Amino acid sequence: MHRTGELFGQFETMEQQRESASLGMWVFLSTEVLFFGGMFMTYTLNRSTYPDVFGEASRSINLTLGAVNTIVLIASSLTMAMSVWASQVGKKQLLTIFLILTLILGSVFLGIKGIEYHEKFVEHHVPGLNFSFEPGASVATNAHAQLFFSLYFAMTGLHALHMIIGAGLLIWLIGQSLKGRFTPEYSTPVDLIGLYWHFVDIVWIFLFPLLYLIDRH
Amino acid sequence: MSEHHIVSPKIYIAIFVALMVCTILTVYAATVDLNQYFSGLNIIVALVIATLKASLVVLFFMHGKYSPKRTQLVIVCSVFWLAIMLFMTMSDYVTRLWS
Amino acid sequence: MSTTPAARPSATPGNTLPREHYLNATYGIRSWLLTTDHKRIALLYLVSVTFFFFIGGAFATMIRIHLLTPNGYLVTAETYNKLFTMHGVAMIFFFLIPSIPAVLGNFLIPLMIGAKDLAFPKINLLSWYIYLVGGSFVLYSFSTGGLDTGWTFYTPLSSVYSNSAVTPAVIGVFINGFSSILTGLNFIVTIHTMRAPGMTWFRLPLFVWAHYATSIIFILGTPVIAITLLLAGLERMLHLGFFNPALGGDPILFQHLFWFYSHPAVYIMILPAMGVISEIIPTFARKPIFGYTFIAGSSIAIAVIGFFVWAHHMFLTGESAYAALTFSLLSYLVAIPSAVKVFNWTSTLYKGSISWDTPMLYALGFIGLFLVGGLTGLFLACLGLDIHIHDTYFVVAHFHYIMVGGAVMGYVGGLHFWWPKITGRLYPEFLARIAAVTLFIGFNLTFFPQFILGYLGMPRRYHSYPPEFQVFNVMSTAGASILALGYLLPMVYLIWSMRYGTVAGRNPWPATGLEWQTDSPPLTENFDVTPEVTWEAYDFVNRPDLGLDVKGAPSLAPAHGDD
Repeated sequence: MHRTGELFGQFETMEQQRESASLGMWVFLSTEVLFFGGMFMTYTLNRSTYPDVFGEASRSINLTLGAVNTIVLIASSLTMAMSVWASQVGKKQLLTIFLILTLILGSVFLGIKGIEYHEKFVEHHVPGLNFSFEPGASVATNAHAQLFFSLYFAMTGLHALHMIIGAGLLIWLIGQSLKGRFTPEYSTPVDLIGLYWHFVDIVWIFLFPLLYLIDRH
Repeated sequence: MSEHHIVSPKIYIAIFVALMVCTILTVYAATVDLNQYFSGLNIIVALVIATLKASLVVLFFMHGKYSPKRTQLVIVCSVFWLAIMLFMTMSDYVTRLWS
Repeated sequence: MSTTPAARPSATPGNTLPREHYLNATYGIRSWLLTTDHKRIALLYLVSVTFFFFIGGAFATMIRIHLLTPNGYLVTAETYNKLFTMHGVAMIFFFLIPSIPAVLGNFLIPLMIGAKDLAFPKINLLSWYIYLVGGSFVLYSFSTGGLDTGWTFYTPLSSVYSNSAVTPAVIGVFINGFSSILTGLNFIVTIHTMRAPGMTWFRLPLFVWAHYATSIIFILGTPVIAITLLLAGLERMLHLGFFNPALGGDPILFQHLFWFYSHPAVYIMILPAMGVISEIIPTFARKPIFGYTFIAGSSIAIAVIGFFVWAHHMFLTGESAYAALTFSLLSYLVAIPSAVKVFNWTSTLYKGSISWDTPMLYALGFIGLFLVGGLTGLFLACLGLDIHIHDTYFVVAHFHYIMVGGAVMGYVGGLHFWWPKITGRLYPEFLARIAAVTLFIGFNLTFFPQFILGYLGMPRRYHSYPPEFQVFNVMSTAGASILALGYLLPMVYLIWSMRYGTVAGRNPWPATGLEWQTDSPPLTENFDVTPEVTWEAYDFVNRPDLGLDVKGAPSLAPAHGDD
């Protein structure tokens, strides 16, 4: 890994290196769009097939926690964007502070997610573990509700995994920032990890209404 | 970023405020039965708001607005390809009962 | 004295290999296993894909032997299901998809664009390791119960009912997907940002255009099969219901998601081969390629339109008639850019100065066999006809014509064409021509009878068949043994040539690409000095450095001055 923004051997100029890194991250993010996309497709079909059960199941997940998490994650996107700005204008201390704030907000998100998952576990809404949505209802209703919860856990779980990876990347980034590695001439890791972080935020921006707000009226 | 365009914190904060407003709006809209006016209006509103939020993040937080054309092409293609998958698959299900 | 266009490759005795090149730059196993040199990584892939080719080939051998008799006594029905499944999984995911991109693409793209390496050399090495990890999971599955779901993993057989080792196989294919994704990412970024000065988009070799188009499919298609297999695997492990009708799920959804990738995947397998052909034909016709822009554009068109046709695999599984109509029409449209290529290659040959070197034999074979495979694809895309021939040997013959008659011949032809660049030595031409002809004959004898079998109604994936089909099955198996010889011969003489082949020199054919301006084998960093490109692609006329007597271009006078 580069230490002081040195030029890698395969590149001719720093500009080429920077452009390649940026394009590389964007192309990677496009693969992530299609990766999550497959689950959005599964969700779309299942929700359109079982709208009522999906509505009912959606009402049973904690809207307050979901809404708070949405605000927390968008705030973390703000602090991440601010850290990119700080690196661009050479404010190294502010950069570190914003990165730490981003990490804190991301951790809060994960903590709240943990609370939500625990709630679901206690209510027997975890498919494959101890699933039982409505003991009195028909087998079909329970099966369809299990579909909702399978998607809920698969989608938010994959999202949380991406957040955990993001948190790990942030920890590394904070370490590098504390060593003063980032300057206005060289801040590529901040930019790239920022792009990744914003993407993970965008996934949540769609997950929130689709999972939590199906039928709240 | 390669474009060296520095977006000012003021813009970031403005976008953040917009995102917060949209979040509150989408939660509120979900509590109102819009489906009585037009079937499926709730989900349409929810998706429009989410798309708006995502667009703000892409354009400003991710500097999409200031990125080279090829980056913008990558963004458009990802969305377009996802749309192909969603629309053409659903076209099978939606037309099953037509005949 | 001028060199005639039909002269043999210009290796003269007394040529020696360059003193330092990428093969001898560093020694020891660590220098290979931890290399970031795209050329060495290409060779690592060459070894691994060949290994999986043998695995897939072993299963094919057992299938063909079993099908010699109508009530096949070689294996049970259950084992037969495992044989064709494992043949498909090994060949498609671990041989065909990586072959040309990871071997030839990795080796050549930086050379062709004038770069020192790909944009992300370490990620390139990571791709190879990911491929090995995925392959290990699949081999584990093969050896602990096998896999009997078909390479298509249809649910709920794969996710609920199968008693074979589905989970490790699905994990292996999932992991392998990331190898493809990273390769595609590397190629796209490299082609965008690392072209040498003067190497504009429309001066790029068509091989590079083909790989760019292939990389689009890698990037946008592979993640979908990844998530689909992940969901199917979770369904199997946790008894979820995404694709299980008993739990409210939908098996057709699995098929939509699966084929959304797997149809474009077939274009991943053929586009690089088409890129190879686009390099070989102009070289051995000594003519610039006809319709460069159309061939470049058709590669992109195939990649894009290829994403709109997937449900033609599902005409008989219950999709709506309107969807079937749409996908059928789009499938006819996707044939157009392929046809454009065939017309352009043929037009390139017209009034060219043809030489019959081995790569040219493979390229000509490709054109004929791809034509048959592609046209029969249109038969299958026709709704009424598909009712009759879906899931029969007609389909099997169709895709083998494309995959083997097309992709594999492109791969082998490409290996021969660039062998001098990769190893610095020439393969034995006479033996190579015999092998090419053997392969062509063996291939047709193996697979043409299968068209007839399918038309007559023999279903695919069946371990037994009515006795009246035996004669064609026997023909097919006989052909397969000749085909096997056609594959083994090159393996033998190519390895032999690495030690004993004639030294090739920089540009034995000669050909026009930048890769032929470097040493054979090239230096680790490819070029002494970053090249500056001032000529168009395939410009045989304005390139006196090639020493060709082409249409008014001056021929090279030898040193002792004979004008």
